[in-house]
Order: sequence, then structure tokens, then C-alpha cells
Amino acid sequence: MQINVNGQDYSIDAPADMPLLWALRDLVGLTGTKYGCGMALCGACTVHVDGQPMRSCVMPVSAVTGKKITTIEGVGASPLGKKVQDAWVAEDVPQCGYCQSGQIMSAVALLAEKPQPTDGDIDTAMSGNLCRCGTYNRIRKAIHRAAGG
Amino acid sequence: MPRVNGTARPGNALPDASRRRFLQQGGLAAGGLVLGLALPVRSRPAFAAGAGPGAAAGAPAAINAYVKVAADGIVTLVVPKSEMGQGVYTGYAQVLAEELEVEWERVRVESAPVAAVYNVPFAPIQFTGGSMSISTGFDSLRKAGATARAMLTSAAAARLGVPESELRAERGTLVHAASGRSLGYGEVAAAAARLEPPADVALKPASEWRLIGRSLPRVDSRAKCDGTAIFGLDVRVPGLHYAVIARAPTFGAKLRRYDAAAAKAIPGVVAVVEVPQGVAVVAANTWAARRGRDALVTEWQDGAGARVSSSALAERYAALARKPGVVVASQGDVAAAQAAAARRLEADYAVPFLSHAAMEPLNCVAVPSQDGLDLHVGTQFQTADRDAAARVMGLPPERVRVHTTFLGGGFGRRANPFSDFIVDAVAVAKAVNRPVMTVWTREDDTRGGWYRPLAHARLTAGLGADGRPVAWSYTSVVQPVLIGTPFEAFVDPKTGIDGATHEGASHLAYAVPNTRCDVHQVTDVGVPVQWWRAVGHTYTAFAVEGFVDECAHAAGQDPVAYRLALLDGKPRHLAALKLAAEKAGWGRPLPQGRARGVAVHESFGSVVAEIAEVSLEDGRPRVHRVVAAIDCGTAVNPALVAHQVESAVTYGLSAALGEEITLENGRVQQSNFGDYPVLRLDAMPVVETHIVPSTAPPTGVGEPGTPPIAPAVANALFALTGVRVRRLPLKHATFA
Repeated sequence: MQINVNGQDYSIDAPADMPLLWALRDLVGLTGTKYGCGMALCGACTVHVDGQPMRSCVMPVSAVTGKKITTIEGVGASPLGKKVQDAWVAEDVPQCGYCQSGQIMSAVALLAEKPQPTDGDIDTAMSGNLCRCGTYNRIRKAIHRAAGG
Repeated sequence: MPRVNGTARPGNALPDASRRRFLQQGGLAAGGLVLGLALPVRSRPAFAAGAGPGAAAGAPAAINAYVKVAADGIVTLVVPKSEMGQGVYTGYAQVLAEELEVEWERVRVESAPVAAVYNVPFAPIQFTGGSMSISTGFDSLRKAGATARAMLTSAAAARLGVPESELRAERGTLVHAASGRSLGYGEVAAAAARLEPPADVALKPASEWRLIGRSLPRVDSRAKCDGTAIFGLDVRVPGLHYAVIARAPTFGAKLRRYDAAAAKAIPGVVAVVEVPQGVAVVAANTWAARRGRDALVTEWQDGAGARVSSSALAERYAALARKPGVVVASQGDVAAAQAAAARRLEADYAVPFLSHAAMEPLNCVAVPSQDGLDLHVGTQFQTADRDAAARVMGLPPERVRVHTTFLGGGFGRRANPFSDFIVDAVAVAKAVNRPVMTVWTREDDTRGGWYRPLAHARLTAGLGADGRPVAWSYTSVVQPVLIGTPFEAFVDPKTGIDGATHEGASHLAYAVPNTRCDVHQVTDVGVPVQWWRAVGHTYTAFAVEGFVDECAHAAGQDPVAYRLALLDGKPRHLAALKLAAEKAGWGRPLPQGRARGVAVHESFGSVVAEIAEVSLEDGRPRVHRVVAAIDCGTAVNPALVAHQVESAVTYGLSAALGEEITLENGRVQQSNFGDYPVLRLDAMPVVETHIVPSTAPPTGVGEPGTPPIAPAVANALFALTGVRVRRLPLKHATFA
């Protein structure tokens, strides 16, 4: 099976039902996408599939062949992705950092759709991404910073 | 900006050969030099071959290794504390670099191996917890930096042929002003490393600090924003296999039999092995291991744990609380003062079991080899883990090397007294004799025990005619966290009572002439419990600060004014409470439908006051704003202090609103974030943190923000609705 991740084709030997998350982490070797719940409840595994934010922990790898997958390792290649990552660093958002790959992927998708999101837009787009360190307020600030910069 | 070494992939995850060489050879690491620093720590040299604290107890003063200087002048600071979000890599680097006089931009940070020199000052263990990294390291780290600077200065003086006194260290360079000559640290590092460390070094006065006290950015932000930061689950080593373990369905159940045939038929599964923790399915990838476990057939023999019901336990505790327990603190005559009091109050407060629910599920990589064993793990408990792993393997501890990765949250769970998530990996790796990562699923993590204990408190107070309390008693009913663990020696030998059962309750900050605290320490519950961010303070502060609020209202007095009047002689409490009240606008009118509540609590050496502003939305509590004031002594990095208070508030608020682990017939009823709801972004209040100015030595920061939030919110809800919530989580309360 072939998948395209961050502009590169990978040939992987995976059963059709393997979630994209594990294909990325254990077969492709891109570990920036995180496992948190396995049930699309926490958002740590968020990647972009053809630009749309998807929970890779419940997405069968067979469903993404022929599509363009972007992960945290590749999102900085786009100007918007880079801007969001820079905003995250500028606001010193991460604490433990484990959820932040997913947070950034969700934020980039939000800003791609709504370049000037309101707090309500942020609530809607980001409340599926859990953080246990309490970085939510700085996530909000970083999104506004990325939108303004 | 400084960055964290070893974030590149994949080589960093491999056993660090150069680090081992450095440890064995006494200073020469590949591409850099290590300055040995004499620190007053009782241990043997960390540089000795196979250095290990377990073997080193009681050994004499050590040479230490906190500072490495490369030929290019890059300074690597070795941090023996686990970075789990609290910012210790940044804070430790700031304190070390302060005396070293090095440009912040040239500083690198790497995690330390296990060595006795890195033990905490009060016990032969290396660990991260108890909000004590900065407080216990503050002096020794500055001394480490100063000693390194002195040795670099000596080496430069010899090279230049000038007296040391004519050299000045600035920004990683030693400058001889008279001649205009200078040498970079990197140029003299090799020579400096061969010098004897000076016996004594002078430390800068606080007025000359350039790094301590500044809100420097975190050293690990970039790596945590581009996917390069390596957590335990991200470790990859050659030949790594992934294991998921079928674990007992109730605590203490024994495996009766299992059938591996269907599991072995799953493509990718390479082995199914019985280990003390259950039956491990070992596979080429995590998904195959998980599928294999789904297919595995196991039968278990329930033990006593299968009878546990948390609701029955809560009832049992409530009944126990009406009987006298072991008195752990007492002054005056509570009974007589109660009898004479103008008014008497009593109340029961109850809290549930809680899961730590760190975002990164538990995991560990164990790599057996002819050299012994390498562990790659995000742990808070390096020494205990190493020793536990050594016992499983039948190796001497010095042949087990712990490589500490980033922790995807710790909150106490990654400091397990039995190293549960370490030894399971070691057991599997030993059984299959190959590198193995054990992956706990979220469900395993949620149901795996080691919770914050369920607790009950019964309080009584007698108020005088002026409304001030003249008598106060607190009866605590709770499981201890130390009894029955290898750390039982930390229990007070006089009473046999674990301090976590009454910390925060037995020594009341408020001036009450007659007080008593007694404890029922329940040891037959059968549910494993341990420290959870702020430990015993999480239940004692809820009860004490709720009950003092009840006293204030019974006395008809303002809750802040009432507390202030009782805190005479407690300047840190007074300062924090006044600061929070002022910044929150306490007493100023709020919009209709909103109310404020207050709590102040001391823990881990710091005092935190919090004022929460709440409303009801569709009958459910909504917290809009939290104003916190902390006295943590010297704030090494004010921004990180604020981040930690905000983090602690969020963690405590999440638990107070909705978190709860319950058990029926020994089965944990929750499994994942669907039934263990944690706070989401759309419920996050504004949090403002204010730091009480202080020049006192630093005290704890990571945990002290957690205890006050639950009572502050409950007190605010009382002010709003007249409903006094004495049981958490708040989701069970109805506000008519």
C-alpha cells in the first residue's frame, strides 16, 4: 500500500484496517503524531488529509491512499503552518507538549478556513483537542497571534 | 535561544554510547569536556565506572557533572530532573547559567543519567516530584555554575599568564581588560576539566542576577511544536517490538488460563507470553499487538479486589469519620471549647478516586543486551525504576541505564512506588529477549489503578460570640499512599500515620485556640493509590477551605475579611490573600448571576490564594475567571510560575467539575475520555496569576495552585446559589 505523507510517497505493508496513526508512527516512523485515546476523543492524533483535520487514530490507512497527508513534521512547510508553529513558540504554549502536535494541526486547519477566527470559532474548532497541562488560554492567544501576524 | 539536545531522530533514541563513555572515563565525552564539580552531596563519584546510587549509599562527597563545555563554547547543562511540562529544563538551566556567566543562547540542556550525585538531599533517590526541584537545587546549582566558572577562570589565567583576579567572566568568555586579550570557555575547557575544583566559591548577590528572576522562554518549546520532541512512546531502537498486555480485570485477580491461538494468528504478532502483570502480546507494531490482545482469550480468578464498590466505600468512610481516629495533632481542649461555644457547626466533605489521565498513556522501552539493560522512559522515579528493573532482570543496578525522555504529563503517576509501568516492559523484554515497548492503551491507563484516593473528612467547629472559631476538629478517613510500599520509611514512626492522610489539615493556618486532627488510615481497600498533583492537599484544602467558608457565613462575615482576621501572624497567607482579593476586585459588584468564592492554602512551602468567579449555565457551574496569587519565595522564572499556577488551577478545576473514578464489583467503571471527562478549551476560565514579591529562597510551584481551586469554586457557588457543595465532583450537585 502506498501513502503520501508530507509530500513523500511511502510503501507500507499494513492491513487495511490499521489506523493511519499507527501506520505513521510504527511503519513510516513519523512519531510527531500522538496516540492519546484511540477513539477520536482527545485530538492528539490530528493530521491533515487533503487539508482537512482528521483524527488519525480512527482513520483506516486504506482510506487515505491517493490522498495527501500532512503531519506535524510537514506542516511547517506551508507559510500558514510555519506561522502557527512560530506563534506557538512565541507564546510559549507547550508544557508537557504531548498534545501540541494535534493542537497545532487543528489550529492550522481552523486558520486555513477562517483566517480571523473569533473566540467562538476557536471554541468550536479546538474543544476536541484535550490538554491536561492547562495551556488552553495560551493556545487561544497563539491562534490570535497567528491570525494577526 | 537554547534548545534541548537530542531531539533529532532517530539516533537520539539509541543507547547513548558517548554518554556512557563519559561516565566511565571520568570526563572526556565525545566532542566536549566536562567540568567536575565538587558539591556537598554524600555519594560516590558519578564518573566512576558503572556509577549508580543504589551501590553508593553513604559514600563520600562526589564530583558532579552538571556542566559540559564543548570546544565551540556551547555549554550543555545536564538536568537530573524530568521535564513533564513544569519547565524544569528551563528553570534549572537558568539557575546553572546564572553563575556560569554564559550567554543564554549558547546553553543546551540534556537529561541526566541515574547517578547518586543527582539524588535529592534527603534520600538516596533521584526523582522529580513534590514541587521541590527548584527549592532543593537552587543553592547547589548556583554553586555548580560558580565552581565551573572558577575552574575556567583558573585555566584561562594559566594560559594567559595573568592573575585570576584580573580576569572577568562574561558571556562565555574570560576577558583580561588590561591587555585586551580574552579566551572563550571552549578554548580552556579541556584544561579546566583537569583542575581540582575550588573548595569554596562565592555566589552572586541577588542584586547581580541577570537570568534568575527573568521570564526567559522555555528551552523545549520549538521541539514540542515541530514533532521532534521525543516522548517515551516515540523511542525507536533497532529491533523494537511493541507489546500490549492483557491485564487483570480487577485488582489482585490471578490469571487462571489463557489461549493464545487466535492472538498468534493476527499478522504481525510474534509472541504471546505470560508475565506477572498478565499476558503480553508482542508484535511488530502497536496495532498488531492491540489486535492480538483483542483476540486473546484469558480467564481470571478474582481476588478480594473484586468486592470493591466505591459507593460502599464512601459509606464506610462516612461511618468511620464519626468515630475517633489516631490523633496526629492537637492543641487546647476541643471538647470543652465546643461545649462553651456560642454556635457549633459540623460538616462532611467527600472526594472520589481520581485518575491522573496524562495525555501520554503509560509506556516504557526495555532493551536487554550483553551490557545489561537500557530503559527509555518518561519517568519521575529514576532510581526506583532502575532498581526495580534490575531485580526483574537479575542484574546489579549499575548495569541498568535509564534514559529519561520527555514525559507527556506526569502529575505523580510516573513516580510509581513499584515502578509498575517499568517492570512490565522489563518482564516482557526478558521473556522474549529483545527490545520491547509496552504500550498502555488509554483504557489500560484509566483502569490501571494508582489513583488519588477516595477520601472523607468530618469537621466540627465552635464559634465564639464574635463569630471567630474557638474550637476546630478534622477527622480524616482515607487510604495512605506510602504504607505497604518501599517508601514506608517516610511514614511518621511515632504515629504510624502517613502524612498524606492529613497534610494541609493537621496544622491549621487559622488562629484557633483549640484544635484536633485525627486520622483513620484505611489499608484494606484493595485499590492501589498514589500521589496525584498536590497529594493530600487536594482533599484537605477542599474540606478546610469549604468549612472555614461555612464558619464565615455562619458568623455573618465576609469570607475574605473573616480569613484575614484569623491569619494574624501568617504574613505569607495575608499577602497572598490580600493580593488575590485586590486583583480580583473582591467586594466590587458583579453582573447579575455571577458570584465569587475564595480559598487560600499552603502546600509545598508556598501559599496560594485563589478567587473564582462563577455562574450557572443551564444549571451547570461555569467558571469564568480565576485570580491567583502565589508566594513561592524567589520566582526564578515568573512566566513559568504563572504557567504552572494556571496549569495547576486547570488540573484541579477539571477534577472538581467532572472527574471521578468509580468501581463496582471491583471493575473500574471508566475507560477513556468519553466517561472520564476532562476540562476542554471551551470551559477554560481566564486565569490571572500574581506573584507576591519575595527575596526568600524559592519554594514549590508545580502543585500549590491545585488545592485552592475546588474550594474556591464551591464557595463561589454557595455565594451564588446558597447550595453548599461538600462532595466532588460538582457534576453531582444540583443548584435549584
